[in-house]
Amino acid sequence: MIALVDYGAGNLTSVRKALAAIGAQVWTPTVAGELGRAHGIIVPGVGHFDSTRRLSEAWRTAIKTMVDDGVPLLGICVGLQWLFEGSEEAPGVPGLGCFAGSCMLLGTRSRPQALKPPSPLKVPHVGWNSLSIPRPARLTSGVDDQTQVYFTHSYAAPVIDDTVAICEYGVPFSAAVERGNVAAVQFHPEKSGDAGLKILVNWFHGVK
Amino acid sequence: MLSKRIIACLDVRDGKVVKGVNFEGLRDAGDPAALARRYNGDGIDEIVILDVTATLESRQARANTIAAVAREIFLPLTVGGGIRNEDDAAAAIEAGADKISLNSAALDNPKLITTLASRYGSQAVIVAIDAKAIRLKADTTVRYEVFARSGQTAANRDAVEWAQQATAMGAGEILLTSIDRDGTKVGFDCELTAAVSDAVNIPVIASGGAGTFDHFAEVFTAGHADAALAASIFHFNEKSVSDLKQFLAALAIPVRK
Repeated sequence: MIALVDYGAGNLTSVRKALAAIGAQVWTPTVAGELGRAHGIIVPGVGHFDSTRRLSEAWRTAIKTMVDDGVPLLGICVGLQWLFEGSEEAPGVPGLGCFAGSCMLLGTRSRPQALKPPSPLKVPHVGWNSLSIPRPARLTSGVDDQTQVYFTHSYAAPVIDDTVAICEYGVPFSAAVERGNVAAVQFHPEKSGDAGLKILVNWFHGVK
Repeated sequence: MLSKRIIACLDVRDGKVVKGVNFEGLRDAGDPAALARRYNGDGIDEIVILDVTATLESRQARANTIAAVAREIFLPLTVGGGIRNEDDAAAAIEAGADKISLNSAALDNPKLITTLASRYGSQAVIVAIDAKAIRLKADTTVRYEVFARSGQTAANRDAVEWAQQATAMGAGEILLTSIDRDGTKVGFDCELTAAVSDAVNIPVIASGGAGTFDHFAEVFTAGHADAALAASIFHFNEKSVSDLKQFLAALAIPVRK
């Protein structure tokens, strides 16, 4: 059973539908204590990083414990950002810190030079953009370099050692990260057609 | 590179896809789910369902139509028409919509944009603007007047200013329809599209007037559009989405393969 963590950050209908299509059984735990019976955990999310504030200490501890026990975790969109240390979208709200670095605003207003694009870009970054796959990873197994997937976001995570897919929008950012049993995608696999479903299947194969 | 998006619009009435010219004279174009399935197979990037009569009859976009279309596709799905308040939006999103398109309701109550953006994120809130070019006799300049209620009521607002205000209120995209061009197949209004697209820092979807592949190329270049939406050109099997994309790719316009 896959635990789909619902912290009120938008719409889970599409994620549920996609998981059903690949044969995954899903439930939405109502209290952190229920997470213990999950074989895999998905932290979805659209919208504002601040909404992850609702993942209280109990949820954070429960998710961390499961990750330490080797249970596969997948973050999607804001769920990916939350697995980093934080985001300038909500400076007071810490991420889980599984991955090093902080998320920054795309476009010209980004303070750190690393994510500053050469020309003004429309933000949010909405639409189909291509993935550069720097090295083989479970999540991207069988996914061709330059495959296009659907993004909709204003903030992005830097490229780090754990980055397994890079997207470029003014600047390169992490489209997918993977380390051990922890994986995350900035794009929406549930809205990315067959390529998205393939990536979900790849993750689901790791769920015992 | 970020691709230019091709979006198919399903104008739905009573559970059927219909399409008119200049917002009038609707003709039957078939079953929404069947069309969505065909477009999905043909490489469409997104689908928009507009319940074209919902606002007039003050009824909610049909949840069963949304669910039937959502079952067919793993692509972004937008629903508009009759989204008057937070409850209408919630019902559409529950039924499977990823984005909500606000039109008359946003004009009546711009705060609804902010309310929905706070609840679902800006990426889920599209503000649809129906505009008509107004040419004053003594003046060669064009003003774009916003119309509400399926083009029936002048909103006494300038399209560019309204797009900027909607952006400031939290809209994630603008769906810009030229009433003059709607269903005419004479081409998108590139002047209108460029004026709005250059004035806002969010993606603009151009709509109204698609008739040939060249029209799409024009709106992506001269019109500065981030996405183009069409209905009639696809519904009646006149043009296929995959042929359109090949055409655009040959012109070095980035599209999803």
